[in-house]
Amino acid sequence: MTATAAASTAGSSTNVPLLQADGVTMRFGGLTAVNNVSMTVNEGEILGLIGPNGAGKTTFFNCLTGLYKPTEGQVRLAGVDLPPKPRAVVRAGMARTFQNIRLFANMTALENVMVGRYCRTSSGALTSILHGPKFRREEKETRTRAQELLDFVGLGDSTEHLARNMPYGNQRRLEIARALATDPKLVLLDEPTAGMNPLETRQASDLIFKIRDTGLAVVVIEHDMRFIFGVCDRVLCLVRGETLVEGTPEEVQSDPRVIEAYIGTATDEDDADKAEAGAGHNSDAGKGSAANDAEDS
Amino acid sequence: MRIPNIPLSFVTRHGSKAWPLGLTGAGMLIIGSLLSWSYDAQVLGNLSISFNPGGLQRLAIALALFAVVFLLASKGPLVRLGQWADTALGLRALATWTLLFMTLVVVAITVEAGGLINVQPGGWVSFLGAMVLFAASRLVMPTETRDLAEAVLPGWVEILVIVVIMAGLLFGAAYALSLDDAWAFVLFLVFVTGMAVAATRAGLLSWLGHVTARHKRVLILASFAVAFTFPLTQGGSDANMSIASQVLVFAAAAMGLNIVVGLAGLLDLGYIAFLGAGAYVGAALSTSGFATIGWKPPFIVVVLVAGCFSATLGLIIGSPTLRVNGDYLAIVTLGFGEIFRLTMFNLDGNNGPDLTHGPNGIPAIPDLSFGSFNFGDTHVLLGIPLARFSNYYFLLLLLMAFIIMVFHRLNTSRIGRGWVAIREDEKAAEAMGVNIFGLKILAFVIGAFLAGMAGAIKAHQDVSVTPDQYIFLESAFLLAAIVLGGMGTIVGVLVGAVILKLLPEKLRFFADYRLLLFGLLLVLMMRFRPEGLVASRRRQLEFHEEDEELAIRAEGDIAEKVQA
Repeated sequence: MTATAAASTAGSSTNVPLLQADGVTMRFGGLTAVNNVSMTVNEGEILGLIGPNGAGKTTFFNCLTGLYKPTEGQVRLAGVDLPPKPRAVVRAGMARTFQNIRLFANMTALENVMVGRYCRTSSGALTSILHGPKFRREEKETRTRAQELLDFVGLGDSTEHLARNMPYGNQRRLEIARALATDPKLVLLDEPTAGMNPLETRQASDLIFKIRDTGLAVVVIEHDMRFIFGVCDRVLCLVRGETLVEGTPEEVQSDPRVIEAYIGTATDEDDADKAEAGAGHNSDAGKGSAANDAEDS
Repeated sequence: MRIPNIPLSFVTRHGSKAWPLGLTGAGMLIIGSLLSWSYDAQVLGNLSISFNPGGLQRLAIALALFAVVFLLASKGPLVRLGQWADTALGLRALATWTLLFMTLVVVAITVEAGGLINVQPGGWVSFLGAMVLFAASRLVMPTETRDLAEAVLPGWVEILVIVVIMAGLLFGAAYALSLDDAWAFVLFLVFVTGMAVAATRAGLLSWLGHVTARHKRVLILASFAVAFTFPLTQGGSDANMSIASQVLVFAAAAMGLNIVVGLAGLLDLGYIAFLGAGAYVGAALSTSGFATIGWKPPFIVVVLVAGCFSATLGLIIGSPTLRVNGDYLAIVTLGFGEIFRLTMFNLDGNNGPDLTHGPNGIPAIPDLSFGSFNFGDTHVLLGIPLARFSNYYFLLLLLMAFIIMVFHRLNTSRIGRGWVAIREDEKAAEAMGVNIFGLKILAFVIGAFLAGMAGAIKAHQDVSVTPDQYIFLESAFLLAAIVLGGMGTIVGVLVGAVILKLLPEKLRFFADYRLLLFGLLLVLMMRFRPEGLVASRRRQLEFHEEDEELAIRAEGDIAEKVQA
């Protein structure tokens, strides 16, 4: 949360809606994991998605990116309905990273990013075997673009390293580079700073600003409230699969229901700590009452 | 082969004795090899004449000379070589294998000639020399070596090294095939393995890796030159060429399966059926009197039709099964292989159309002929007659080159990256926009197409096509060749195919125990070298990078501390 970061956060997003999710509902048998959630992401905006563990954030991501077929509701990207198929979603311009890093472990960093270019290239088996002009052109473009993206996320020196051998923070960056390789209009980042130290977390928020500055919209799931409130233009809080609050970081931060949701429902210490860290600037009264509520129940 | 290490204190105390002891051992080995090894002149070639070393004695001398090179590199005139090569490890491996070699020689003479009494003093001197060398090798101190990537010789020297090694391979292969005696063949294998292991341990092989990476074109050219000149070394004999061309068919099929298993990671247990389908198409469209289809197109068309027919089968079997996960595919393909064989067995006119003549198969398939060039005739090249199997060998070599090209180019393309991505993490690949189903089908179809082409040639080479050539065991052997050699590699699969096809031909005495020994071999491989004889580039990177990884971590720690 540097001064420059705060400045660039303010008012750079337009009000042109890019992603519109309307009434997305996901049921697994009798369990409703996501219930009637609507979300709009504007162009060039950074939107934060928060909520206690099990609130349905990742499930909602999976519905958006087509890994799950939502029971109800629809997702539109730039005014076009998205079919619930991962390939179609990526082609339409929405890429994602995973909560548990899912890189291609035995491929090099460069190859990982080159796989990201798959959906934007079209050389078939025949031109690959014949080394046709199209193949050579595309292969060269793919390689250059992948190298550019590695430089962009700060991994320009690790090109030939196997993904599995890279340090944790670099693996997260590599995953972001791979997502960017699909030429997205919108990137969904699922807990990009989980398990990172403060230095790495700050580098991650710098990277997110950098991505936004290239004209992309970003949606971030995070538990680190300091990070979320420092980075996002707007924040959406999910609780038990439903939208609790949506608004600017300041509004969400000061909303007593958010604090209650975290402290009142969280079962493990970790979540409570994180909520506290985020809500640290809040009035002591609100925090106290929430804590009291938790004790009463 | 791991032998417990001698305590370091002992080595430091007696390390200085290693050098004279080693030279003595090598000297004894050479002198012994110049003398007579055996009373009986009939066993293991002729080893009974002093000062006229037979084949095995020459191998022993070669082993001793290699050991001398190592010794001189650790201390002496070749010490500059010692800066690069790990002489201690190399010498240890070499001495171990030399001792094994000499032990087997003594055992072989005893068994073949009937009694230990047949071993002449020369044999004992050599055996003792090997033991002394072994003892000396344990006392050699390991030394620091420099990074082999920096060992760059002038370009022409490196090319010369490649050419010499390739020529060595050629003569080695020709020599191995000329050995009729099973013991002699086994001993030759021990010799080759020992040399290879010693070279690997000393780091020579990884240096060769760097050299060949610098001169890829030379290597490819030299490999094919060697493969093409191989029939010329046989002096008109067609017996070995028959084996060689069978090895090539097997290797071509293994390379096709390598696309499916090694690149796309799909376990196909019925692959031999695609080879069989191609062979049946080749037979049915041939000019044989027993061919069942009236259409007689030129052979080039037959090959393409066979490929397309197999590919169609692949498409039919693949499209419903490739949507589900791995284990199901293995079971379905296993079933498909059996269904294919039984169908061919039953299409005899009683249970359906008479397409295959059932268990009798389609015999009397005539030799191929392109224009005036008939594959059945003997042609003379450079004064050396080349008979029927040599002709097929050349044709199969062309097919092999084509399959290797397809494999390599797909592997290094967008398609290949997609396959590897699917193998690594299907979900993530899908989320990156990779067409999972399409790519799996593609791998299946390409693999089937290549097998179909090989099958059509195999039909003519084998003269007849019967269902019992295409049993499940053959699929299992193809898979074993890939696993043994190294999944997803070209050289590895070639080596694996040669080993699995050549050994049973040469070692007929263990024909009854063939499956048992292969099973044992695979178990040992999985235990000691799971990545196969030749590791793929990914595996190499994996091992190579261990040090780098540590360095990166250390850097990260320092950065953290600075930050704090």
